[in-house]
Amino acid sequence: MPEKKAVLMQGNEACVEGAIAAGMRFYAGYPITPSTEIAEQCAVRLPQVGGKFIQMEDELGSMAAVLGASVTGVKAMTATSGPGFSLKQENIGYGCLAEIPCVVVDVQRTGPSTGLPTSPAQGDYMQARWGTHGDHPVIALSPSSVQETYTLIIRAFNLSEKYRTPVIFLMDEIVGHMREGVVLPSPAELIINKRHISYRDGANKQCYFVPEGAYVPAMKPFGQGERYNITGLAHDVSGFPTGSNAVAGDLFTRLMEKIDHNLDDIVRVEEFMLDDADTAVVCFGGTARAAMSAVLEARAAGMKVGMFRPITVWPFPAAQLRARLAGLKRVLMVEHNYGQMLLEVQRVAAEKLPVGFLGRIDGTVISPADILKKLREMEA
Amino acid sequence: MRYEMRFSGSGGQGVILASVIVAEAAVAAGLQTVQSQAYGPEARGGMCRAETILSRERIWYSKVVRPSFLLALTQQALDKYARELEEGAVVMIDSGLTIPEGLDEDQVLSLPILATARDEVGKLMTANIVAVGAVNKALGLFDEEALHEGVRRHIPVGTEELNWKALEAGARLVSDAQAAKFRRTL
Repeated sequence: MPEKKAVLMQGNEACVEGAIAAGMRFYAGYPITPSTEIAEQCAVRLPQVGGKFIQMEDELGSMAAVLGASVTGVKAMTATSGPGFSLKQENIGYGCLAEIPCVVVDVQRTGPSTGLPTSPAQGDYMQARWGTHGDHPVIALSPSSVQETYTLIIRAFNLSEKYRTPVIFLMDEIVGHMREGVVLPSPAELIINKRHISYRDGANKQCYFVPEGAYVPAMKPFGQGERYNITGLAHDVSGFPTGSNAVAGDLFTRLMEKIDHNLDDIVRVEEFMLDDADTAVVCFGGTARAAMSAVLEARAAGMKVGMFRPITVWPFPAAQLRARLAGLKRVLMVEHNYGQMLLEVQRVAAEKLPVGFLGRIDGTVISPADILKKLREMEA
Repeated sequence: MRYEMRFSGSGGQGVILASVIVAEAAVAAGLQTVQSQAYGPEARGGMCRAETILSRERIWYSKVVRPSFLLALTQQALDKYARELEEGAVVMIDSGLTIPEGLDEDQVLSLPILATARDEVGKLMTANIVAVGAVNKALGLFDEEALHEGVRRHIPVGTEELNWKALEAGARLVSDAQAAKFRRTL
């Protein structure tokens, strides 16, 4: 087979191409920097593959349109940045409770409110987990290169379909606006999860019926076959609201357990030069580029440093990090925020070893030299 | 070896596109590359900079640390970025600009980029393509095939001839002696 040629692609563009490869055929959004290229590219590409693009009146409407499209049986996506991510939260919660698969891309920018629109940050990490109210299941993935954006967005769709839940694709301006050579895998190399559809025409017609031993009900496309109900209220297997605490409790518990009991399937990390390391730099998303550079420079200076990068950022890879602690003397959390993933790392590691922190919230990018300086301070 | 390039000017001059075209040509030439940019919320005006990193090996850190090449099309950008250069960096500026203190004239290529685009090519908006032609001639980065591939992917269909003309006009601004002096091998 001839070697495949690389193509130059922007992170946001790779997000769209990967999503289309995953089967995404509906996009509704309200453009916002630094995610705008995702909407632009969807507007061009979706009609070419028989899909639909809608620019909605705002972010609330976009999220509602995505949920509506998904229940009819179409894989759907929206993209935004911090200010729009805030507005989408109410309907993301609806998607979690009503178990509507979809992918929500957040290309993070700096600051609260409208902040610094064109500058990178990772300040939505906790919002990705707790942005919508109530205990709810969350899967969030974060890519660190253009190539990984392509493959990981496919995984986002696969997990979303498999667990019937919105998946947050947590990008940052660094990766979203960066261009790199990408080698696109052929369709035969991709694993694409189809939606688990059931028309429920047999013995059990209940739309939220979950078979013994399973966590996720099969989905019945809305508008086909028998009518059923979808609500943001606690509901029983028929989809209609329930006042029963027992039924509601079972539902809320199942929603959490469908993620918590499948961590091995959902959680992925990248470990870089960690095997003989005494220091681990923990980071996610675009920050990994500076971290890997710093690790190599530190190694050249004789320091035993490696990198631990959650690819699945929610649920946080606690077991994977815990398993690494035995050989380590210290951990350094590096992120473009005021200390968010830091809280998770401290929860796992702080009782056993020192946890240092390097954060940045001024809109500039953390450099390898910044990390190296911090590593030297910690070693001293 | 990692070769860091910065393209700077005012929003609307096309410096981001110039940087993208160099990255695109690099991919066509089989090199590794990372391209990125920084700009304010305005679509036009305001300082704008774009960066392209070239290498034969994997590129880890995705941002420029100290560029070995700087293109500056406005005085504001030149004054700011002339202070953040790798030793011996090549600086290409429009000849309407004043070389700031601290910058060795010997490392500066002062070329009539904007005037050439306006008067010779006939469209000021081709200034970024003129610049790309000059950059490529001066540094000897890519063969014509890779360079044309880089440009073709980012221009509207039907404007090829205009853009080839701009590339050639840019290349002619750099003398063979200058090209020999500033040539880079990656």
